[in-house]
Amino acid sequence: MKRVADSWGMLLRFPDMCLGVLDNAFDRCRIRPLKDAPIAAFLLLPALVVLGAFGLLPLGYSAYMSLFGGKWGMGDFVGLGNYAEAIGSRAFWGSFLVTAYYAAGTIPLTMAFSFTIAYLLFHVARGRSFFRTVYFLPYVTSAVAAAMVWRGIFNPQFGIVNALLTRWGIEPLDWLLEPRSILALITGREALVSVGPSLALCGVMLFEIWHGSGFMIVIFLAGLSAIPRELEEAARIDGAGPFQVVRKVTLPLLSPTIFFLAIVSVIKSFQAFNSVFALTGDGHGPLDTTQNVTVYIYSQFYEFHRWGYGTAVAALLCLAIMTLTVVQWRFVGRKVHYE
Amino acid sequence: MRRVLPYVLLGVGTLVVTFPFVWMITTAFKTQTEATMSTLNLWPSVWQWRNFAETFRAAPFARYFFNSFLVAFTVTAAVIVTSLMAGYAFARLEFPGSRILFGLVLATMMIPFEVTLIPNFVLIRRLDWYNAYPALIVPWCANAFSIFLMRQAFLSLPSDYFDAAKVDGCGHLRFLARIAAPLVKPMVVTVGLFAFLGSYNSLLWPLVVTSEEAMRVVQVGLTVFSGAEGVRLHLLMCASAIVILPTVALYFAAQRYFLEGSIGAGIKG
Repeated sequence: MKRVADSWGMLLRFPDMCLGVLDNAFDRCRIRPLKDAPIAAFLLLPALVVLGAFGLLPLGYSAYMSLFGGKWGMGDFVGLGNYAEAIGSRAFWGSFLVTAYYAAGTIPLTMAFSFTIAYLLFHVARGRSFFRTVYFLPYVTSAVAAAMVWRGIFNPQFGIVNALLTRWGIEPLDWLLEPRSILALITGREALVSVGPSLALCGVMLFEIWHGSGFMIVIFLAGLSAIPRELEEAARIDGAGPFQVVRKVTLPLLSPTIFFLAIVSVIKSFQAFNSVFALTGDGHGPLDTTQNVTVYIYSQFYEFHRWGYGTAVAALLCLAIMTLTVVQWRFVGRKVHYE
Repeated sequence: MRRVLPYVLLGVGTLVVTFPFVWMITTAFKTQTEATMSTLNLWPSVWQWRNFAETFRAAPFARYFFNSFLVAFTVTAAVIVTSLMAGYAFARLEFPGSRILFGLVLATMMIPFEVTLIPNFVLIRRLDWYNAYPALIVPWCANAFSIFLMRQAFLSLPSDYFDAAKVDGCGHLRFLARIAAPLVKPMVVTVGLFAFLGSYNSLLWPLVVTSEEAMRVVQVGLTVFSGAEGVRLHLLMCASAIVILPTVALYFAAQRYFLEGSIGAGIKG
């Protein structure tokens, strides 16, 4: 019996022993100027291999690929021809405009909504964790599955939203299938049909606000809990109203959080794919009005098999993201108030 | 009034935010005619429990789930291991070039996914991984953000722990496995949850590197299902509900640690 227990103990201690042996081996090959280099190499190797092979290496390869034309791989060398074609293409600029509308429409609204919820959450005494869980739920649900639900709710024939509009005596809408711009629909002027985002794109934006706000709420809550409470208290005693306190005390103190969220969400919205693809079925949407740059790259690659051209567009997108990030750092970052 | 107002606003917000979930669940239990009727009636007249069995018959969702779970669990385990190892090395070890290497790792965070999509597809083809599990798993086994979070967590541990362990004859590897990793459990859960969500919910990459039905993950399966079965809304809602369920369950299970981990990271920056 004792022997069985012993062998069990041996087995349980085995991984530990292996680590010990490895530790000793690394200790022995410790050379002064290299410090912990051998063991660091061992610990870093798996991560660096993956990041190098599927992150940095493809980045360089992508720049190389973008110089070649042809379909299904790399054909003739065309130099910067792919870039020139993209810049001269209407579809490319159209997709950039969609991305711009999307970023401009979702980021401020998601931020405003998330801040309001986070602020309210922070100032209620009870049920904070319940509400926090509820508001975070959309973020953990798959965008594809949630998009199916939204397509049902906004279905032109049997969707519950149109049923509600009919009940109130309002003309039902085509929602995610509507290519006309929201400006034309509001003003009723046909001249504005292709000015501004289409109703379909606005539907996609609304979805993104719903889906993405949970993340921002959690980050805002973390930011709010780092603000010393006395500051708001002092402003209140000095006679500031609740909105004044928010504007003059809370928001300036939250500016590092807001800045972080702005940078992250610009990058995220320029890479949006899942929600657009799942909400419209193919990403293009009615008359291509929801085709953002990511969908454009995907369709050039997957539908037209133009790999070189696709990588060139991706490089331009990368350039746009980096420019925007740098601009934000330089011009907005300066105004951020750190304690 | 000022006491009640926040609750009223939060309550209204809750109704709006949760409405799609409620609608999804009640529609999943309706009959086909009931589901595609233009009506304001949310509740099904008779709860159709057999819709779920029918969904699994209509498309090979069991297979899709097997694929998704296999991929997501492997990725999660791998991300936790690689980020623990790399995070520890960047936080606690001294070696030449550590700052440059860390900078390089952070730089991969800024590469948009689209830029590497096509070259990575070419790479997968070269490796002969097209339509195979490694294509879905290996590229996601490490990521910069997890390494960064783990490094922050290790930096916040007092170095006295390590000194004490060293006196007792414990090297870096044993210290990492036995003492440091259990101490950063909230961060391990946070990193694991994000890795699982990212893998389970991803669509674009599985769409590109798989074409066979047997290799589809649930997100791709659901997209295909909606294309083919768009009219059978009640089954589509059943499918959506069962696709969402695992992540919601996991979130509830991990929530306590997860919020601790993410909020800690938020404050320390």
